[in-house]
Amino acid sequence: MKKVLIPVYGAEIAPRFDLATEVLLFFKSREKEGWDERILVVSHSSAEELCRLILKEDVEMVICGGIEDEYYQYLKWKGVAVIDSVAGPWDRIPQRLTAEDLTAGAVLYDPL
Amino acid sequence: MELSNTPQIRDLFDHPVLLNELIDEIPTGIVLLDDSRRVLRMNRFLAALTGFPTEETLRYRMPCRQVLRSRLCVTGCPAKGMTAHSEPVTIESDLIDRNRQLIPVRITLSPLRDDRGELAGFLESVEDLRPMRHSHARQEGGYRLSGMIGKSPPMEKVFRLIPAIAQSDSSVLITGETGTGKDMAAEAIHMASPRSKGTFVKVNCGALPETLLESELFGHRKGAFTGAIENKPGRFRMAHNGTLFLTEIGDLPLPLQVKLLTFLDDHVVYPLGSPKGFEADVRVVAGTHRDLAGMVREGRFREDLLFRLNVVRIHLPPLRERDEDVRLLLDHFLNTFVERFGKPISGFSADVLALLSRYPYPGNVRELRNIVEYAVNVCNEAKIRPKDLPAYLSEPAGTESFFSGPSSPLETGQTDPSGDPSPEPGGPIPEEGKTWTEVEREMIMDALIRAKGKRGQAAEILGWGRSTLWRKMKQHGLDGT
Repeated sequence: MKKVLIPVYGAEIAPRFDLATEVLLFFKSREKEGWDERILVVSHSSAEELCRLILKEDVEMVICGGIEDEYYQYLKWKGVAVIDSVAGPWDRIPQRLTAEDLTAGAVLYDPL
Repeated sequence: MELSNTPQIRDLFDHPVLLNELIDEIPTGIVLLDDSRRVLRMNRFLAALTGFPTEETLRYRMPCRQVLRSRLCVTGCPAKGMTAHSEPVTIESDLIDRNRQLIPVRITLSPLRDDRGELAGFLESVEDLRPMRHSHARQEGGYRLSGMIGKSPPMEKVFRLIPAIAQSDSSVLITGETGTGKDMAAEAIHMASPRSKGTFVKVNCGALPETLLESELFGHRKGAFTGAIENKPGRFRMAHNGTLFLTEIGDLPLPLQVKLLTFLDDHVVYPLGSPKGFEADVRVVAGTHRDLAGMVREGRFREDLLFRLNVVRIHLPPLRERDEDVRLLLDHFLNTFVERFGKPISGFSADVLALLSRYPYPGNVRELRNIVEYAVNVCNEAKIRPKDLPAYLSEPAGTESFFSGPSSPLETGQTDPSGDPSPEPGGPIPEEGKTWTEVEREMIMDALIRAKGKRGQAAEILGWGRSTLWRKMKQHGLDGT
């Protein structure tokens, strides 16, 4: 089971990891093709709390907007892949993940 | 974006003036938003502060919150509910830039009215408060300077030197082993200098291949090469009126060393594919853990560039030469992590203190910090005991390493300034008769074989970033060039 966590802000990826109060978990099992999703609401915004949640849920990858280096390095050290500075609507992520076409700094909005 | 496509200010000067050129000269972050709070224009200062390239931001007309990433954007954007006749609002906040740094800022937001008096958009100015905070910290005195901590004689010397160096405009070369705080020293120089209102731009010369690095540093014009779909200003231009910190300068390829030397002579930047230069007022600070004089002897670094960079030199001492600072740093990081992780830990046990005082810290302050972070994470008692420390500390000849896990936060592959190779902190001890360089080469070969040549996978096996592996393969002549 592959698990990807995205801090969200409405329909977008949250601009800040440390200020997100809502996160989205995308799941993908080996047997199934598409991604399942689950929304989790955290009691208050806190980067430490999110890190704890990420480790508790055995998340493999975090896709987020701005994240402080402390937490980025901590998650990497714990073996969690972090793709940061991603901006745009989160519903485009499964497609980009499937295409393996998501890198740090990606902008998911449509160009003008 | 072509200059001809940029908006102009009319009816003010004799001839129209380009808006970009006007706002780019303002030494504070400026962003113009439409009435949906999407970015219409931003100046060079804000691009440098946030790390978001102006062109990219405009191409997608990104929402302000995704570019500024300030606390205000999430907790209560003052533009919400603002009318054409609202008063400007000034609020202190913080933002996270693309380098993952939390930066204190002061944001002023004003509504903009069109010729009918209706709300057309917003003008937002963003002031970097770090110079102000830095001067407060200096007034506080004590054993710290801009995040650097120490009371040992070598550090006292560094603390005395930095403010003096900051007042001049000469190039600076900062040397020191990995983890000694070269980045912090560079930023401290910038913050204490008359350029502190300008931007501090950092470029890691070892993190990018030559072609990308050239474009990153000097910029390029649209169409200069395949994939150059728009103009890029380059880091020199972004650092105009500020400081450019070139870290890992020893990894700068020879052709770019020539280009840097030319810049240091005439202060003009020529973007790739552009015949027109830009006169950039930039102070260059370079950092390295390498023995540049030795590299000059081997023909891998230009002597004239070394002379130009080495106008002022600061050497940051390794932690093993800062006995008085180890305890100070241990307590400092313990307080930091105890507060951050909310753990009721009061200190270190006597045997832990004895062990940590004896340890040579090849990874210097960064390694000490990581050891304390690990211990605070693991410890479930009131005091940190030996069992809470990374295993490699008590097993000096062992192979298990705190830093050998995936994506270690440590820099890798460092040699000390004398040029003698030193092993990775906590890494395997070289077999007798082999130098660390040989062992490292073998480790890379082994990882590449295990990963069937896939570099990304080999980097994971080694616990390094891809760029670190790329740089080391190049050093060892394993990159096929």
